[in-house]
Amino acid sequence: MKYDTIIIGGGISGLVAGITLCSAGQKVGIVSSGQSALHFNSGSMELLGHDSRGNDIDDPCEAIKNLPPSHPYSKIGAATMEAMLADVKDFFARAGIRLCGDEHHNHYRITPMGAFRPAWLSLDGYAMFDRPAHLADGTILIVNIKGFIDFYPEFIRHALESTNYCEIREISHPKIERLRKSASEMRPTNISAVITGDVVKDIAADINMLIEQTGADAVIMPAVVGSLNGHPDAELRQRVNKPLHYAPTMPISVGGMHMQITLRQYFRSIGGDYFLGDTVSSAVIDDNGHVCSIFTDNLGDTPLEADDFILASGSFISHGLLATYEKICEPIFGLDIEAPENRADWCSADIYAAHQYMSAGVATDNMFHPSIQGRPVRNLFAAGSVASGCDPLQEQSGAGVAILTAMFIAREILKSYRHDI
Amino acid sequence: MTYKSDNISPNNFEECIKCTICTAYCPVSAVNPSYPGPKQAGPDGERYRLKKPSFYDEALKYCLNCKRCEVACPSGVRVGDIIQSARIRYAKSKPSLRDRLLADTDFVGTLSSAFAPIVNPTLRTRPVKMLMHSVLGVDSHRQFPAYSRSRFTSWYRRHKQEQEKYPRQVAYFHGCYVEYNNPALGIDFVKIMNALGFGVRLLDKERCCGVAKIANGLIDKARHDAEINIESIRRAGCPVLTTSSTCTLTMREEYPHLLGIDNSDVRESIQLAVRFIFSLVDRGEATLVFRDDIHETIAYHTPCHMSRLGWAIYPVSLLKMAPGLTLRVLPQNCCGIAGTYGFKKENYNVSQQIGQQLFDSIAEFNPDSVATDCETCKWQIEMSTPYKVENPISILARMIDFEKTRLANS
Ligand SMILES: Cc1cc2nc3c(=O)[nH]c(=O)nc-3n(C[C@H](O)[C@H](O)[C@H](O)COP(=O)(O)OP(=O)(O)OC[C@H]3O[C@@H](n4cnc5c(N)ncnc54)[C@H](O)[C@@H]3O)c2cc1C
Ligand code: SF4
Ligand code: SF4
Ligand code: SF4
Repeated sequence: MKYDTIIIGGGISGLVAGITLCSAGQKVGIVSSGQSALHFNSGSMELLGHDSRGNDIDDPCEAIKNLPPSHPYSKIGAATMEAMLADVKDFFARAGIRLCGDEHHNHYRITPMGAFRPAWLSLDGYAMFDRPAHLADGTILIVNIKGFIDFYPEFIRHALESTNYCEIREISHPKIERLRKSASEMRPTNISAVITGDVVKDIAADINMLIEQTGADAVIMPAVVGSLNGHPDAELRQRVNKPLHYAPTMPISVGGMHMQITLRQYFRSIGGDYFLGDTVSSAVIDDNGHVCSIFTDNLGDTPLEADDFILASGSFISHGLLATYEKICEPIFGLDIEAPENRADWCSADIYAAHQYMSAGVATDNMFHPSIQGRPVRNLFAAGSVASGCDPLQEQSGAGVAILTAMFIAREILKSYRHDI
Repeated sequence: MTYKSDNISPNNFEECIKCTICTAYCPVSAVNPSYPGPKQAGPDGERYRLKKPSFYDEALKYCLNCKRCEVACPSGVRVGDIIQSARIRYAKSKPSLRDRLLADTDFVGTLSSAFAPIVNPTLRTRPVKMLMHSVLGVDSHRQFPAYSRSRFTSWYRRHKQEQEKYPRQVAYFHGCYVEYNNPALGIDFVKIMNALGFGVRLLDKERCCGVAKIANGLIDKARHDAEINIESIRRAGCPVLTTSSTCTLTMREEYPHLLGIDNSDVRESIQLAVRFIFSLVDRGEATLVFRDDIHETIAYHTPCHMSRLGWAIYPVSLLKMAPGLTLRVLPQNCCGIAGTYGFKKENYNVSQQIGQQLFDSIAEFNPDSVATDCETCKWQIEMSTPYKVENPISILARMIDFEKTRLANS
């Protein structure tokens, strides 16, 4: 099977690259073992939240200029970064995802544990704070779903205490009550599956009653509303009489999962092939160091051939990187890895400190080409969290690095593609 | 990698990172709160069951064995296999008469096709349905697939001699459905293979693949049949092609993982005809010539077991080659029937609820017909929507110009 570009890994990085290439007319295939890290996403995407000393950053576009040359953003370059950043919101809007935020000015998101983190773009409807702990003036009503164990209203109240008076209430609905039969499986996505149609109206009426009772000026509820058909999340916000904001729950993230499915459906709708649940097991590389084809577990002896390949297989959690007893490795190509020599240096004793394994990954040159035993592979690129060069957790840059490296690589590939025609 | 072989058991259950992604994609969890969901029923429950078998939860019977959890799992855990193995090992309730009847597709098929003119109308009458509902627990809303008067193998015997003339040969595992319900599909398959220059043989002995026996707890019978099939496949010594995604998945994956039958020497030779044909064309070893007088829109539904095989690309790519076809691949949703599952009255409502998203997406596209590689998906969609459903092989047979194809490949 012959493609212009094959992408290994269908998380946000693989899909952004795939959509960019497909929209430009390329024939693109994405192979992905399983679902992606987007399912753990908070509903907010980060570009650059903390500087090297751990201080919050206000203008990520400015701060990018101070990063070391080995950082993926530095490899892309500040000017190209700005040009691409201006297009991100439209890019997602075309795929059907509405994001709010500004690349020149971080806002704050709240975590399920009640901490505030700088963020770049948030899904429409998610709580966005202009400074830590300030959502709106006045009283805030925090509404949880009865029996739901992946959201802790007390943490949210604690976080907002310094600026707001908070009231905590619970709501329910016969259709949601049914889910309590398997209490341990009353997960965000199961709840979102029943909050559609008339249930939205009923819940809105309940929340409005609680607003009356408490005199609240704004409402926060867990992000358990949303569907791929229609927009119950938007409808609920419209029906509730005061501003309603969704706060992230413990995973699985309803917003993240819908983002994943929406992007995948969009990719397919513009002609892309997405192989879900298939693992790339090996690759054929010719004498010139070019990748000719890859093989997968499911397709067996059917090779997938392409002019260019993008490795977007994610970090340890997605098995893009593997840590054995001895070393960190990239399992498909055996690419060169940037990681501490000594295993003892992978982690710090303090769990909250930075851990070096977090910035380990596939070593790349300035065009994101990886290498095998020092020899660059010219038609292979590494995008997203599989590549080395930054600690996304410490600097709060996960989705940003994944999106921007993918866009950059796709544009690089298109330069020579257009040439060919 | 050594550390893996040291620590990880066959269905990878230690690899579970408790992310609940599998539960988010389970079609049963979404509609039936009595079902604990794949994470709980699979790797979580397995920890307890290994300590004490009495932790086994009878609610595991609600699992469709659709394997969507496995397709979604980012950690390679064979969640569905863990659940089915647990049912095999621990389930205390014995299969009922109804379950035995539904499972024995060979037996029911043999009886029914002999009496097809009687059985078909009988299975459709209301009193019989009500009786089956109350006595046997087969839901009265369910329409039974029609049994064909003549069997596929009877047709084949009449055409066996011509098949031997072809220098290149493939074997065909037709399955119960082609044999008893839809011999036309088998005939389409033989005609296409002949046009491509291949003769078609049958296996020395073919038994039902056993999917329904496994689902209904008749494990010894399933294993017995499986051994006969694998032995016959070994003797065939050529590619063994199928036209059903479920038969294929069962023989390739369930035999080793659930029944403990080693098929490693022949596993690769068992494949769907669409894959075999696509590979021939892709390698330039065969040519399909299409008719130019047919124009149709077709929606392709990916059966769950096709998703698990990861092979939807083959029928889709083949159908896309036909210039007269406008093809749309529907979003991946389970049709809800899962073999015999949807026939049971305790499952009927859940089954239809699961399928609703799929039925809606077909209606929205409003195609001339629907294509799918699974026979039970076909029953379910035809019963629940006004659309006709065909196997991609039968659609291909309508679209190609046999005479020109034969010339191009001779
Ligand atoms: C728990 C968690 C929470 C996070 N929360 C946030 C957040 O709130 N905001 C934010 O900005 N960032 C967040 N991040 C970071 C950010 O989400 C990730 O960095 C980003 O999603 C990575 O995307 P990716 O496409 O590079 O990789 P992934 O999303 O990991 O996708 C990689 C894909 O490749 C597949 N794959 C791997 N190996 C193979 C193979 N051999 N063959 C085929 N496919 C393969 C995997 O199955 C997977 O689907 C979070 C990360 C984690 C782990
Ligand atoms: S089985 Fe897989 S998808 Fe399910 S919880 Fe475990 S790791 Fe996650
Ligand atoms: S096999 Fe299907 S029904 Fe069973 S647990 Fe997995 S997803 Fe759910
Ligand atoms: S009938 Fe088809 S879609 Fe339905 S469960 Fe079986 S394989 Fe899946």
